[in-house]
Amino acid sequence: MTDAAPGITADTRPRLPRGVRLVHNEAQGGWVLLAPERVFKADAIAAEIVKRCTGEATFAEIVDDLAKTYAAPRERIAADAGALLRSLADKKLLEL
Amino acid sequence: MAANGAALPRPLGLLAELTHRCPLGCPYCSNPLALDPRAEELDAATWARVFREAAALGVLQVHLSGGEPAARRDLLEIMASARDAGLYTNLITSGVGLAAKTLGALAEAGLDHVQVSIQDSEEASADHIAGYEGAYARKRALAAEVVALKIPLTVNAVIHRANIARVEQLVSLALAMGATRVEIAHVQYYGWALKNRAALMPTRAQVEAAVEQVESLRARHSGRIVIDAVVPDYHARFPKPCVGGWGRRSLNVTPSGKVLPCHAAESIPGLAFWSVREHSLAEIWTSSPAFNAFRGTAFLPEPCQSCERREVDFGGCRCQAFALTGDARATDPVCQFSPHHGLVTELAAVQEERPYAYRRM
Repeated sequence: MTDAAPGITADTRPRLPRGVRLVHNEAQGGWVLLAPERVFKADAIAAEIVKRCTGEATFAEIVDDLAKTYAAPRERIAADAGALLRSLADKKLLEL
Repeated sequence: MAANGAALPRPLGLLAELTHRCPLGCPYCSNPLALDPRAEELDAATWARVFREAAALGVLQVHLSGGEPAARRDLLEIMASARDAGLYTNLITSGVGLAAKTLGALAEAGLDHVQVSIQDSEEASADHIAGYEGAYARKRALAAEVVALKIPLTVNAVIHRANIARVEQLVSLALAMGATRVEIAHVQYYGWALKNRAALMPTRAQVEAAVEQVESLRARHSGRIVIDAVVPDYHARFPKPCVGGWGRRSLNVTPSGKVLPCHAAESIPGLAFWSVREHSLAEIWTSSPAFNAFRGTAFLPEPCQSCERREVDFGGCRCQAFALTGDARATDPVCQFSPHHGLVTELAAVQEERPYAYRRM
């Protein structure tokens, strides 16, 4: 697999750093990513990707799992997930 | 019902003032001049209920503050109950009175973030401003403990005339302390700060230099530390959208259980604040007279009504409008279009060398 995004390879094990948490809040209508003094709404797809960023699973495994769960083309999922993880890492909401 | 009939927004943040007790005496403290005594403080079980109600209302983050929250012996129990309610927990501490053992237990129970204040980059000056010998050293030790526990750390540096020349050193200190975020928070003139205004007020030239410096420090430290700045609004042309708009995004629960739209709201006479002892948080958010008093923008006079920034800053801060004009519905006089703006310009030019009136209970 070619790199999905700068700094993200098949072997990357992305994880949320301490101080960043994904939580579900009914009143706010779904998933939100919480960080110091910051709140980001996560749509259902983003939440499914972030939930898998445990520090255990590799990027390739995350993409495999998503492709299987959603019966979607692997290439497209790799591109979308890679772009999301890159943008979260740039905001210091994710460690690669 | 919102005053303007539109659907009510949901709050995102709750400031939980667990106690007004604090070992420090900072002369710019945002607590009211009349502090709640210990005997009136809410118990841990009531805070746990408030946190559950807050999460159900949509609140995502709780800021455990005070006073010094560590003055509560049941801080761990209170923090854990907020975490159990699903809230993101931010401990706002002076660092004094928070034992390493307590911090370790808080970390284990899932504390998400710590914010510690610093008074100056020079020890003697810092302790003088805090009115507490040894505060600076204790804060540095506490910060090291936070970082060792891998809890993300924000340093809050409150800026005023005595330290405004050292913004660069304050950011360097925050980096040395291991913070990933620093707030360069110019004093806001409410509560104790209003009382000490002339002793704290920087000159316009000092403010302009500090604002420029923050810009260059941001560029220099990009990627290493996030620098957030709270603007010095007596020297501004436009007012701040106070707490993101009255009754729009956040609420504040006092040590004795009163629920306020912002920490200074009790300075406005005639507002009826409801207590969590008698009402649920949802009832208070939707129906309490104080929350509905200045919701929306319909109450605003000219020049706000025809202003294109009306939905940007909501006419500014109600507490400041009252403090400076005697009318809480007035345009915040920080705004250059306010008929009272000249008053702010005059007050911003008053610098007096006099001893601080320290915050004491």
